[in-house]
Amino acid sequence: MLYDIRLEITYRYAQPAGASRSILRMMPLSSAEQVPVTGLLDTAPGPEFRQDGRDFFGNAMTEVAHPGALTEIAFRYAGRVRRVAAPREMDLSCPHDRLDEELTEVQDLGPTAPHHFVGASERVRPEPEIAAFARDAASGAPSVVAAVEAVSHALHAEIAFDPTATDVTTDPLEAFRARRGVCQDMSHILIAGLRSIGIPAGYVSGFLRTIPPKGQERLEGADAMHAWTRAWCGHEAGWIEIDPTNDMRARADHIAVAVGRDYADVAPVKGALRSSGAQETDQRVDVIPVDAAP
Amino acid sequence: MNETTRTKRRRLPGVLRGYAPLPDAADELMQPDGRLRSVWLPLIEHLARQDKDARAQRFARGDQYLHDAGVYYRQYTGAGSTVRDWPLSHVPVLISEAEWRELSYGIAQRADLLEAVMADLYGPGRLVADGHLPAQLVAQNPEWLRPLVGVRPREGHFLHFLAFEIGRSPDGTWFVLGDRTQAPSGAGFAIENRMATARVFHDLFPDANIERLAGFFRSFRRSLEAMRPGGEDRIAILTPGQHTDTYFEHAYIARYLGFMLLEAEDLTVVDGRLMVRTINGLEPIGVLWRRLDSRFGDPLELDEDSAIGTPGMVSALRSGTFSMLNWLGSGVLEARALMAFLPRISEALTGEPLRLPNIATWWCGQAAERDYVLASLERMMIGPALSTRLPFDMDASTVLGGQFRSTAYSSVKDWLSLEGTTLVGQEAVSLSTTPAMINGRLEPRPMVVRVFAARTSEGWTVMPGGYARIGRTEDPTALAMQNGGSVADVWVVADAPVEQVSLAAGSDGPFVRRMPGRLPARSADNLFWLGRYVERAEFGARALRAYHLRREDMGAVTVPVIDELADFLDKRGLDPAAAVPEGLLDLFEQSRACAGKVRDRFSTDGWNAVDDLAETARGLAAVTVAGDDAARAMSVLLRKLAGFAGLVQDNMFRFAGWRFLTMGRALERGATIAGMLAEFSDPEAPHGSLDLAIELGDSVMTHRRRYSVGTNRLTAIDLLALDTENPRALSFQTNLLREQQALIPGREWTTQMEDVARRIYAIHARLAVAIPEDVSSAFLREVQAELLAISDALTTRYLS
Repeated sequence: MLYDIRLEITYRYAQPAGASRSILRMMPLSSAEQVPVTGLLDTAPGPEFRQDGRDFFGNAMTEVAHPGALTEIAFRYAGRVRRVAAPREMDLSCPHDRLDEELTEVQDLGPTAPHHFVGASERVRPEPEIAAFARDAASGAPSVVAAVEAVSHALHAEIAFDPTATDVTTDPLEAFRARRGVCQDMSHILIAGLRSIGIPAGYVSGFLRTIPPKGQERLEGADAMHAWTRAWCGHEAGWIEIDPTNDMRARADHIAVAVGRDYADVAPVKGALRSSGAQETDQRVDVIPVDAAP
Repeated sequence: MNETTRTKRRRLPGVLRGYAPLPDAADELMQPDGRLRSVWLPLIEHLARQDKDARAQRFARGDQYLHDAGVYYRQYTGAGSTVRDWPLSHVPVLISEAEWRELSYGIAQRADLLEAVMADLYGPGRLVADGHLPAQLVAQNPEWLRPLVGVRPREGHFLHFLAFEIGRSPDGTWFVLGDRTQAPSGAGFAIENRMATARVFHDLFPDANIERLAGFFRSFRRSLEAMRPGGEDRIAILTPGQHTDTYFEHAYIARYLGFMLLEAEDLTVVDGRLMVRTINGLEPIGVLWRRLDSRFGDPLELDEDSAIGTPGMVSALRSGTFSMLNWLGSGVLEARALMAFLPRISEALTGEPLRLPNIATWWCGQAAERDYVLASLERMMIGPALSTRLPFDMDASTVLGGQFRSTAYSSVKDWLSLEGTTLVGQEAVSLSTTPAMINGRLEPRPMVVRVFAARTSEGWTVMPGGYARIGRTEDPTALAMQNGGSVADVWVVADAPVEQVSLAAGSDGPFVRRMPGRLPARSADNLFWLGRYVERAEFGARALRAYHLRREDMGAVTVPVIDELADFLDKRGLDPAAAVPEGLLDLFEQSRACAGKVRDRFSTDGWNAVDDLAETARGLAAVTVAGDDAARAMSVLLRKLAGFAGLVQDNMFRFAGWRFLTMGRALERGATIAGMLAEFSDPEAPHGSLDLAIELGDSVMTHRRRYSVGTNRLTAIDLLALDTENPRALSFQTNLLREQQALIPGREWTTQMEDVARRIYAIHARLAVAIPEDVSSAFLREVQAELLAISDALTTRYLS
């Protein structure tokens, strides 16, 4: 599949803000299944300082600084990505109770090493309630992949999608107790659950092509950024990506932007500035399959 | 331990009577056979010659020094923290120079090893790949900072200033209990302990062949200076701020070494360079000595909740534009669990065993080690693998294996097998004891010594001395100051006279007259506001005194001018019904808070005066009643305020900070006098207002001398608004502002007058040409508003 993607995140400040500095993770990842064909990241107004690089996990990272007073700033990405769906593979993952041993055998600290994705991270801490839920859901699963799918499935059934219930700072436990949330909450809860049963798990931010309801036009900018989860299932199976919000494995409709331990590692815009007043933010996303484009 | 003394066994002096080392521990003073180690003899003889009172008197001299120097520590309790006297154990710990030299070799070797481990953990990662270090111990360590992986320091080294907690085991050998690689504190306190102890033993110390500490700091400073490629950029110390328990030391070291002391808000990153905001704009930082934990260094790339970090700091490090010591992420080396692997890592990397062993440590994530810990529970301390605390600093999470009690697990075995990867066992070794003076006699107490090492161009140099911590009881778990432990100086005693060094350059030869470094905007801001708050407090105290005197005189009779004054006080947040209103106490607290943030720029006397004011006001508030009593209390405060003003005037060097303090004071005084005169010199004001105005303007005597008539509106205006010779008058303040603003070091290439200067000149000129008849209340209110606007303009120009 070929997609044209636009992402625009705008901040407006009630009082002019100064010394703004941001780190952007908005450019899609490059991998065997996903090839960015073209892509441009910019800001309006333009930055006085810009530096492009990669972060520890290999995500494209852009630093920008705007020292002057700002009342509004927009961060924009536009590009074309080719996405190849990997063929469904055989489940080669080990039995759940062997995973710990396989994990210990990995003598590696590189970005894909599973060791980064266990224990606590900035937004995801061990929570006994979520752990108990995950244990229940995974009991009897014949393999690690099966366990991951079982927990994701159980979460999907348990938690209602509700964009009004949570925001970008909501703690996973809070969303879990409320049994409501959005993709970010679902992914965080799944990560907490999988780690609690010994399965290394991380966060993927990205885009999901949405199909408009039958008979309706696709609305411009109506899509949102999406998030799902990746889990390490042993030497043979490696990492798999699973989308608990939609109870499915990530496939050709999922376009990944950044991977990390949780949202804190992949936030599309992370910023610091001097400001005294309120701010509001607005996100617009378009994911348009090129074949279907007018 | 291998030294022997030739002195014959003799009767112990009284001060040592009953001194009995513990059976299973080494003692610093006494050998197992009861003889004293020779290095201690002069000190013990010295102590024995004094009676109890003489000793107490000498010890008190040391305490007095610490008190005067303002050395304190913060004790944390459930409710908050309180400032406590510095707990000096007056008897130093003595170690022979020969033994110290051996120890130093071990320290230097260990420092090199830690540097190599650090370079690997943030570089190729061979130690993990080759199986010398389990991956999860690194990946799970919150101090291993992923954004720093692959970034190399511009001058090639990660570690520059380290500390090691060392103890002596029962067989007499030294071992390391903890590596302090993050941002070790204690070196400044070691100097203060030395100053105090040298005063206690003032007639013994000079000729007792004790190694001096200054040389260590001199070479460390030299190596920092050499780290700047151009030799121009600033060297600064980064502190988390005054609320951290080691802030005193940060301020002390900054003053001692002559570096800037900065907080996060002083810093900004521009075009990949780390800059300090000074009163003259941004200036580049060349070397930053970091005294705050790495995680908090940059909210953008590290802990996003950090309020004490500098956005972009990691980016600036990546750009290689400045040197940081120690490098961000160096705290990863402090984890207890690392000590389980360092001995083998040393063999693997250098082919050499550790000259100085560390406390035996077993990581319970490995089956064989876990089994060993289980089998040896009675002499194991078990605690979090990634903790950076000393094994003896027992908290809820560290237990002596033999005394395991837990509700979560039914047995130690369960605990270790389920949580093993997060636990280490460490050998519960007995620490050596050293003599402490308790109730007039020396008694053995457990101790650890913090040793400091600094990187120089010739390699690591170890401070000849240290920072000893002494237990309150014989129980080594009571070492922490928080548990009542004390601290002591460490004397490294040579066989021959030592070189007398001081940090200052020699007193002969040519000298350079250096201007103090650029003033950070935040420091200037705090000094400016210190001036404003102190002045506001002074005026408040004077107005309250005037009120209470009148109230007392008039009893319950209603007098318009008194009601007017009560109203005036009320509007300023000073409740006239209270003897010492909360609003006044607040002003003293604000003054103290401002002074507390610039302790590196303040003399000890200056700080003590501000501190004393706040304390005195609080004390008076508790016991004073309204009326005459309150008026007397205000007089006490006004006298102390005059003392502070005198100190500022007579003792402070005229550096840029002094000018901001003075301008803050002048602006506050000017605005206050203008507002007060507008109120009380108004033709509509009640009877007695003009005399009140003269009193509030502290000019009663002057008025009597200067004018042949009684107070009338024109004499009051003349004296308090226009008289350039009266230090209380409005035009005196504008003149002072004009002088001081012109003397602030500026951007030399601009010849145009600054906007701030123009406004100050204009207001001064307006007052200079006015005659008393011109000065209406409306005129005065305009002047007041303009002065407050000038304060804002100054803030924009210099202080933000």
